[in-house]
Amino acid sequence: MCTVCGCGTASVEGAKAHDHDHGHHHHHHYGHHHDHDHGHQRHDGSPAPAVEAHASALGAAVPGVSPERLVAIERAILSKNDAYAEENRALFARLGVFALNFVSSPGSGKTTLLARVIADLKDKFPIAVIEGDQQTSNDAERIRAAGAPAVQINTGKGCHLDAHMVAHGLGDLPLEKGALLFIENVGNLVCPAAFDLGEAHKVVVLSATEGEDKPLKYPEMFVASDLLLLNKSDLLPHLDFDVGQCLAYALKVNPDLQTLVVSAKTGEGLPAFYAWLEGRAARAARRAHDASVTARA
Amino acid sequence: MHEMALAQGIVDLIADEARKQSFALVKTVRLEIGALAHVEPEALRFCFDAVARGTLAEGAGLDILSAPGEAWCFDCSAPVAVYERFGACPACGGFRLQVTTGGEMQVKELEVE
Repeated sequence: MCTVCGCGTASVEGAKAHDHDHGHHHHHHYGHHHDHDHGHQRHDGSPAPAVEAHASALGAAVPGVSPERLVAIERAILSKNDAYAEENRALFARLGVFALNFVSSPGSGKTTLLARVIADLKDKFPIAVIEGDQQTSNDAERIRAAGAPAVQINTGKGCHLDAHMVAHGLGDLPLEKGALLFIENVGNLVCPAAFDLGEAHKVVVLSATEGEDKPLKYPEMFVASDLLLLNKSDLLPHLDFDVGQCLAYALKVNPDLQTLVVSAKTGEGLPAFYAWLEGRAARAARRAHDASVTARA
Repeated sequence: MHEMALAQGIVDLIADEARKQSFALVKTVRLEIGALAHVEPEALRFCFDAVARGTLAEGAGLDILSAPGEAWCFDCSAPVAVYERFGACPACGGFRLQVTTGGEMQVKELEVE
């Protein structure tokens, strides 16, 4: 798997099978750059070791270099992902785009929630969506039906979106100034917590049909998120779910977490979410506007 | 499963450094993993062996140094070392802690030839 380049097992729906004799001839809008000069996954699907080319190029002894030594590195393992995330973040800042990364377990109602949000807000904001799933483009189709452009990223065997896959996805999306960008991550309460995509906030969606102790069982995701949407509140009368206990657990693992109880079906709680979202989106748009005015002056 | 992506990240960093610092073989990779990082060291070891195959890091030992996290204890009004996200303060036994660091995952150094 090459997680440095989204062209590993991940694929962007609708993207043409690009020729990969590398090179790297992707179309990257927005000045997203690659520093790839290494051997890569072959596109017949066979997993070529990602650094094969180095190994053979460097296999011979280098004259003048002592055989054994220590090399200090001091680099973060996720530094490549984080560099791509910063590129995405800089792009969002330039365009005044407010980006949210929706994370949850499968089946919490993320896509239904997004479809509802799009229907409610599409007259106020341009909205674009990146959908992450292991397989199928079903979710992107649901989002398009709700009225927003969407691009589907299939991670294949991957369990999360990374910043580079998102950068590829952005190349295929119309991203207008002041837009809202919703990234729906792969349904997984574990791995997506570790990967910064360049978003303003991670929003964790938990549903009333799950256990109220999920924040204790999967704390990393609740620590990484800034907002918890407790979804499917319309089902609460039929369940033994203790909302207060669930929110108490969530705040125990992350005292800074903001929480809202919502229903994508009935719309309960969504006005509060929209107020949260619109205030922040307006601030992002204003900052981009001020920066462009200053740059011109 | 994201340990696979982390292992790939390590191999990519090594490849980068091999180009800059001219070495051809890696014997040991020394990592520093914060006690509160999103990673399971045993899973990372397993994935690293698999991902490093066919690269200049094939067969390299993985030396994982665990670094304690740090939290601010509101009762002691002092920074304290923590080893788990929801543990008690080692000084006063209280739980009013705000974690400040501990999620780092770094490649510290390599023993190379």
